Amino acid sequence: MKNWLPLALIPAIALLALPLVPSLPTWVTLTVAGLAMGMMIFIMASGLTLVFGLMDVMNFAHGAFISVGAYAGASALLAMKPAMQAQSLGANLSAIVPGVIAAMAVAGALGWFFERVVVRPVYGDHLKQILVTTGGLIVCEQLIHVVWGPDLIPLPRPATLTGSFLIGDAAIERYRMLAVVVGLAVFAAMWLVLNRTKLGLLIRAGVENIEMVEALGYRIRRLFVAVFVAGSALAGLGGVMWAMYQESLTAGMGMQVMVVIFIVIIIGGLGSVGGCFVGALLVGLIANYIGYVAPKLALGSNILLMVLILLWRPRGLYPVGK
Amino acid sequence: MPDLLELRGVHTHIGQYHILHGVDLAVAPNSLTMLLGRNGAGKTTCLRTIMGLWRASAGTIRFDGSEVQTLETPDLARRGIAYVPENMGIFAGLTVRENLVLAAREAEPDEKRLDRIFTLFPAMKKFWHGLAGNLSGGQKQMLAISRAIVESRKLLLVDEPTKGLAPAIIQAMIDAFQELKRDTTLLVVEQNFHFARSLGDAVAVMDSGKIVHRGRMADLAADEALQQRLLGLSLDTHQ
Repeated sequence: MKNWLPLALIPAIALLALPLVPSLPTWVTLTVAGLAMGMMIFIMASGLTLVFGLMDVMNFAHGAFISVGAYAGASALLAMKPAMQAQSLGANLSAIVPGVIAAMAVAGALGWFFERVVVRPVYGDHLKQILVTTGGLIVCEQLIHVVWGPDLIPLPRPATLTGSFLIGDAAIERYRMLAVVVGLAVFAAMWLVLNRTKLGLLIRAGVENIEMVEALGYRIRRLFVAVFVAGSALAGLGGVMWAMYQESLTAGMGMQVMVVIFIVIIIGGLGSVGGCFVGALLVGLIANYIGYVAPKLALGSNILLMVLILLWRPRGLYPVGK
Repeated sequence: MPDLLELRGVHTHIGQYHILHGVDLAVAPNSLTMLLGRNGAGKTTCLRTIMGLWRASAGTIRFDGSEVQTLETPDLARRGIAYVPENMGIFAGLTVRENLVLAAREAEPDEKRLDRIFTLFPAMKKFWHGLAGNLSGGQKQMLAISRAIVESRKLLLVDEPTKGLAPAIIQAMIDAFQELKRDTTLLVVEQNFHFARSLGDAVAVMDSGKIVHRGRMADLAADEALQQRLLGLSLDTHQ
């Protein structure tokens, strides 16, 4: 199986879209927007694909980690409104960094609680996993209503990340560039951990064959918890970034984005971080191109993409050898 | 010298099925014991129960002087039991090197041990940085065994090492096991009687979840009538 082919789909789709878009600057803007959207989806989805691959857990509550992380992060950001509104990158960062840490810490803690209380009793039973994690998602949404109220909360972007800059005639939103940079940094960090450390080796081996990892003398269950918490924390990071991207929060934002996240991890190959990355970028690009060229088809474009990719590679772009 | 491994009256249930019905088995140190039997006799379940992958519902398993039937699989591995499953259990998405690094739990694989592995299985050196999933069936089996011996182990449990292998590869396996048994205790499940006869010091035969025969391999190899009765085969048809 040629491993570069799925990767080549990204430039191929971008080039295919070029003649369909009326001007080059518009194409550049759409491409950057698609990549930024894809990066944010990747951040939210990467934890879920690892949890599914390593632990065989269908965690529908992942959407709750996204929402709760977004609300926790937004609370921290809104509490530092003057720093957010200052026209200085340093001042903005002094609000963003604690906001991101709050989002990841709260989502990570919620993930730890879920693994201990909700998921652990149903390991190995997919039907029960779907039922209890969906139930957990609904409970979390209602708890968000209780704590933060039922109304949409506006979340203005930091002052230095609003607006666009021009490359030629193409307008590039600053925040989208940040999303691309953060997404690449998360992917690079995950790649390094997975491919350059013994911990990563264990995770990759565990995704393939948990029993054999245990037979080699490793207590993989502890690793499960660590991966679950890390995946939840990444969902929190993705959640607060998504909230700043949308400039608002609702309790249902996690559930809404879960459909796209599932499409991405199925396209990528369950358990594959690389596949998740490529799948997220494909989904982001296609959503933006189709949304511009044929808005009526936008809703079904991701489903169509998934169908086509599964017809080509039924186990996803980068199937994990189980 | 006391037995390294001893099973007494071991029962194993898998769900509603009662698979092992009071297995009594002993493995002497520095010997190779063959566990033979027809399909479905319970041989694989026996190995998996020793390794803690299935839980014994009754009976005792003693390893190296202490009872281990309640220990978890990682603890058993850390006490010195290595397991090579029937499907070899290699990590296809990892390189040969990564498979061995993972098996050498505490540090990088020892140079001397690697040299021994490369002598036993030269293909491991040739494909050191290649993906394990791209190896042939025989090479995968070599990798699975290499992984089991990359660190010093007291007992190797090997499930059907010749399954699906070409005759030429089986001969290479026999040579490798001859070398291995010089300093390692092995319990090997096998269907290939030629392989079993070439290597086994002792033999145990299972049927319907019980040990129905224990003795010296040489005695079983010399007694065709006993083979017919226990295994339903003759030597001639399985050479």
